Amino acid sequence: MSIMTYREALNQAMREEMRRDETIVLMGEEVGFYQGAYKVSKGLLDEFGPMRVLDTPITELGFTGLGVGAAMVGVRPIVEMMTFNFALLALDQIVNSAAKMLYMSGGQFSIPLVVRGPGGAGHQLAAQHSQSLEAWFCHVPGLKVVTPATPADAKGLLKTSIRDNNPVVFIESEVLYGTRGEVPDGEYLTPLGVADVKRPGRDVTVIAHSKMLLVALDAAADLAKEGIEVEVVDPRTLRPLDVETLLNSVKKTNRVVIVEEGWPQYGVGAQFVDVIQHGAFDYLDAPILRVTGADVPMPYAKNLEHLALPAKQRVKDAVYRVLYRQGVGAQGHA
Amino acid sequence: MKSSNAATKTANLADLMCAPGQPAAGTMEERARREDLTLLKTMLEQMLLVRRFEEKAAELYTLGKIGGFCHLYIGQEAVAVGALSTTQPDDYIFTSYREHGHALVRGMDPGEVMAELCGKQSGVSKGKGGSMHLFDKRRGFLGGHAIVGGQIPLAAGAAFASKYFQQSRVTLCFFGEAAVNIGSFHESLNLAALWKLPVVFICENNRFGMGTPIERASTLYDLSQKACAYNMARTWVDGMDVLAVRETLKEAVDRARQASAPTLIEARTYRFMGHSMSDPSHGHYRTKSEVEEQRRHDPIKQFTAALEATGIVNQEYLDELEQKVRDMVEEAVAFAERSPEPDPKELGTDVYVD
Repeated sequence: MSIMTYREALNQAMREEMRRDETIVLMGEEVGFYQGAYKVSKGLLDEFGPMRVLDTPITELGFTGLGVGAAMVGVRPIVEMMTFNFALLALDQIVNSAAKMLYMSGGQFSIPLVVRGPGGAGHQLAAQHSQSLEAWFCHVPGLKVVTPATPADAKGLLKTSIRDNNPVVFIESEVLYGTRGEVPDGEYLTPLGVADVKRPGRDVTVIAHSKMLLVALDAAADLAKEGIEVEVVDPRTLRPLDVETLLNSVKKTNRVVIVEEGWPQYGVGAQFVDVIQHGAFDYLDAPILRVTGADVPMPYAKNLEHLALPAKQRVKDAVYRVLYRQGVGAQGHA
Repeated sequence: MKSSNAATKTANLADLMCAPGQPAAGTMEERARREDLTLLKTMLEQMLLVRRFEEKAAELYTLGKIGGFCHLYIGQEAVAVGALSTTQPDDYIFTSYREHGHALVRGMDPGEVMAELCGKQSGVSKGKGGSMHLFDKRRGFLGGHAIVGGQIPLAAGAAFASKYFQQSRVTLCFFGEAAVNIGSFHESLNLAALWKLPVVFICENNRFGMGTPIERASTLYDLSQKACAYNMARTWVDGMDVLAVRETLKEAVDRARQASAPTLIEARTYRFMGHSMSDPSHGHYRTKSEVEEQRRHDPIKQFTAALEATGIVNQEYLDELEQKVRDMVEEAVAFAERSPEPDPKELGTDVYVD
């Protein structure tokens, strides 16, 4: 085991994979000379040279489409979005080209492509630079969507995503880049589509991905002091979703709170609710509650931004509510 | 702004262009004499095959045997035939949704293409793509893409791959003139020029983006000028003259293969049919007389006449060719009709690969 940051884990994953397989290239804005807008690609240009670490103009639709086309004929591109906000500009190529190519060509052209970069909210970046868009990509058949929360998962899942022969949307978190954690040494791969119970418990299942995992774990630690044992499940991969692990946890605890940073309407958590009511209807002792981002564009002011994001107290309140505990005044969608 | 309801005659191309290129030197007969005989005959056969295949496709569409959208290439055959005559078997081809012609000229089996149009299991894309999504990996035919301009960055990507792997492959990317106003065109040309990619962008200017003539969509009519913004080689060519297209493409394909540099070519052509089968050939946006006038420049008639004039073909040869092509189309239809629909199990396959 080594202790490293989430950023270093991602860097290591790309470095190891690029050493292993010469067909892998990294392209995006500032990935080379600048060493990455968030330094995730630090040192890669020096090691792999400008044919494999390609600085692009600010042209998300163009270079994402270029990556898809290259992936049709043997290159395995990693396309970095400086942030996922800009992936909206590339949405046509991600959805209409990358996700559908295999199907509409009758299985002739697979697209081994990773589109990665930071998503999520925070740092007072306001409406256009601060949002969680994973639900947009999760909706699309043909894509895989991965959202690691820890340095170990960041490394193991990115290496697996790079080796996957399908287009993978790999959403990191700007706020998590500096977090530290243990990462196993040597070749470390984490399968896609496998959730992880980050904290075992018997009373309530809290499902949380990406940065919200930390909020959920924080709330669980508090609640443990009150004798409430929360089981925290991190889906890690949103598509394909590990339904079995979610259901096993629900069948044990009979109560569920879902924490997600994105907007509430048609969000990722709504899909979790659907699979749980379908697969564990008779096990539920309370309605499932969702703690989500507020249903507003992200405000700039610090206090308003704080109100817009799921916080520990709101998670705790939701846990109390599914336990029918008193005096907590939780709001599921507040 | 002209009224959208008025079926006004669209302006003469020559009046609109501030032409930078050179018209083809010499008559078509003179130019034909410089080409290989077998090649000339093949090109004529290809043009005729595309024409007859699509006439049949129109018929099958009317009978309800082909669904969805069906965009015919009739009138534009010289572009695909001239352009693809300059390529090698391992080059890459990208096109838009108006791609039956390019597919057939690239050597894709007419039966498998027709089966795809009819939504059959034996289609090139297993009946999952349809008219707009023809693919053939063995022939480097990388699709049939149906979002205007969507194939342009993909083509830059395939060209990047050739360069990355140090292969001498060239990528040809076809699109209509309406695509030059979309962002992906500009982003891709910039990247192709910046990274010196071996790609030839071929803008088939058939004058209309659906029902909107170019002069109602752009203030620039000489579309090859778009390349100037990216310091890219460019030219235009008479897209009704198959040999002129071939000559022009040769130079661009050489530039890509030898110098790894892109080119933008504007091939000025005309679509004789409607935008798709659900749209008449004339009506609100252009007059019948305009279409009739353009049909006088039919690329197949022009080429046939030139080959006859040089004695390369005679009436007997043409009659036999006509019969041969009609037989090929009939066989293609018979193959499509006797092919089964996709197995219901195919619904969920090819979404992900292992």
